[in-house]
Amino acid sequence: MSNKISAKDRMAIKRAEMHELPADERSRNFEEVNLGLSPDQALSEARRCLQCKSRACVAGCPVGVSIPEFIDALASDDLPRAAQVLRGDNALPAVCGRVCPQETQCEALCVRGVKGEAVAIGYLERYVADWAVSHPDQLLRDDVPAATGKSVAVVGCGPAGLTAAGELARQGHSVTIFEALHDTGGVLRYGIPEFRLPKEIIDSEVAVLLGLGVTIECNVIIGKTLTISELSDDFDAVFIANGAGLPTMLNIPGENLKGVYAANEFLTRVNLMEAGRREDCSTPIIKRSEVAVIGGGNTAMDCVRTARRLGAERAMIVYRRGEAEMPARIEEIKHAKEEGVEFIMLTAPLAIVGTEDGWVSGLKCQRMELGPPDDSGRRRPQPIEGSDFELPAGVVINAVGTSANPLLTATAPNLALNKWGNIVINNDGETSIPGVFAGGDIVRGGATVILAMGDGKRAAAAINEYLKRKAE
Amino acid sequence: MFEVLSNEILAENLHKMVVSAPRIARARKAGQFVMVRLAQGEERIPLTIGDADPAAGTITLFIQAIGASTRRIVDTEVGGFIRDVAGPLGKETHITNWGRVACVGGGVGTAVLFPLVKALAEAGNQITTIIGGRSSRYIILADELTPLSENFLVTTEDGSLGTKGFVTSPLGEMLADPERAPQAVFAVGPVPMMKAVAELTRKQGIETIVSLNPIMIDGTGMCGGCRVQVGNETKFACVDGPEFDAHLVDFDGLSDRLTSYKKEEALRHAATECKIGREVAR
Repeated sequence: MSNKISAKDRMAIKRAEMHELPADERSRNFEEVNLGLSPDQALSEARRCLQCKSRACVAGCPVGVSIPEFIDALASDDLPRAAQVLRGDNALPAVCGRVCPQETQCEALCVRGVKGEAVAIGYLERYVADWAVSHPDQLLRDDVPAATGKSVAVVGCGPAGLTAAGELARQGHSVTIFEALHDTGGVLRYGIPEFRLPKEIIDSEVAVLLGLGVTIECNVIIGKTLTISELSDDFDAVFIANGAGLPTMLNIPGENLKGVYAANEFLTRVNLMEAGRREDCSTPIIKRSEVAVIGGGNTAMDCVRTARRLGAERAMIVYRRGEAEMPARIEEIKHAKEEGVEFIMLTAPLAIVGTEDGWVSGLKCQRMELGPPDDSGRRRPQPIEGSDFELPAGVVINAVGTSANPLLTATAPNLALNKWGNIVINNDGETSIPGVFAGGDIVRGGATVILAMGDGKRAAAAINEYLKRKAE
Repeated sequence: MFEVLSNEILAENLHKMVVSAPRIARARKAGQFVMVRLAQGEERIPLTIGDADPAAGTITLFIQAIGASTRRIVDTEVGGFIRDVAGPLGKETHITNWGRVACVGGGVGTAVLFPLVKALAEAGNQITTIIGGRSSRYIILADELTPLSENFLVTTEDGSLGTKGFVTSPLGEMLADPERAPQAVFAVGPVPMMKAVAELTRKQGIETIVSLNPIMIDGTGMCGGCRVQVGNETKFACVDGPEFDAHLVDFDGLSDRLTSYKKEEALRHAATECKIGREVAR
């Protein structure tokens, strides 16, 4: 190890604190909330890593980043090497450093967390990735292997597709990504707001892939513009990663009132189309002073914090369980609270109520209490009789979840699906069609960016093996 | 980037544009649409594919330029480019030989109707086409539709062309005459027109298909903005439609949701002479 420092001194260093924009300032703009570590903070945080033999953190990472190695390089102030290690394992490190739930993955397994605070692996990942973006001339070049002459089509330019594309390009395969929307990034761009993930971060990660020779074709909807069978004919292998883009409806009265959005629509308008953020924006969005968001996941937090930034005085989370049961990241909940978001817990929506002319005026709710645990292990909410009340709201956003979009699968009759419409894969990520692999939310249902990336990485390895076998 | 190969004015505010889009031209079937975004920062707008030439790699779009975004699209000169054209989206029209079919078009809906008439004629149907508009200036595609139709009827509200009145009058006469009553009716136009046609055919239980134009963002079923009530179900017009059984569609709900951005549109267009509430798709 190159950073000579005694174990005692190492243990004495306190975990770095992320600098943030002040809540009153940021809650009215779309600037990134987390400002990143300073070089001194990063160096000091890197030196907190014990470089332990167990390397538990690596096992906690869905893409298996060589965490101790990149941190060691950082601790030795060798940023080019740190970036090389990190980018060798992770196609989207600047994204992961911002949106991964490290507290339940790598950092949850860090030995320093046993008797104190885990190493801030996520902060360090972001630091190194951002350094790499701003210092392209200092990056160490990996040898790109000779072209294999094999081609792979990747369906969807989200986290799974981008990861697979990067991995496959590094193996010398010719990769083309087909994206249905007009821009890259998938959910990273249409779903995650700029205050968590600035668009230039996505652009810079995509630029790295383009630099590896990956081709990206936007405006191509597989299942409509081209079919899976056409891709199978034209490419040596196919990876389907088109996401879980189908909103789950609430199926309560009033859902079609004006001012009711599915989270996907609300976020797509604001994030992808920039509605409500520029005076001259062509895409409109309904802004109201009272906005109720139904759900307790990260998407719900993204919606409610976005509504607040669009000017809502009362931006509310309505969730049928308690705060402890919320699937959202702790950091998102904390940030939302700081920004003035109201948390209305143990409350289930019964109906959306409206005015005579069809506009949302409120949410009819019912109080809940927690009963015994359900299948998910979380305590099941039960209604309290006679507890109905009405919450005033001019906009209601449904953020209860998404499921598999059937657009592609409906046109590929040989593709085996489960009862929820998700693509069925084997241990190698291969579907029922030989040479066609799948991963990410179209396989899992709505999950996280990093799990999708893990799928992309595993599928890329399996595709690489498949192509080798095919060549023999 | 998609090159504009021709751009002609068919009627007031109505343009016919031929755009180079080889993959879409190959894959497209009658009844489908594309999402169009002129340039960075512009809206995504659904436009029906009026026609396609797979050999030439082109699609034809009929665009009613009544909002800021559609006006900018039709301002694109020949040789210019549209940044994004994605499709073909939506389900294709179910085409079969019903026998006698009535095809009813109102305003720019006639442009949406045109590919259906073409496909229905190719399938051997005897077609009565009824086109309506406010005045003769709004009657479009008559020359294209006439040779495809056994009967071609025009109605105008001011009587400047064809019969004075609404499309429902000649349709009602057809329905009342057992010799002429159609086995199926296709209707595309303003929501009140489609609703009136649905009411007219409901009593006799004649299969009636309408093509809906709700507000859309992605056009791939992702956002749910285009939801309409069809029977007791919530349907997404972009993936489940755009065509539905007219007797099951909640037209009032559709009408109402179409006014969602009236205020925002009005504010946005305040600087221009445009007085129309929202961007009408296709």
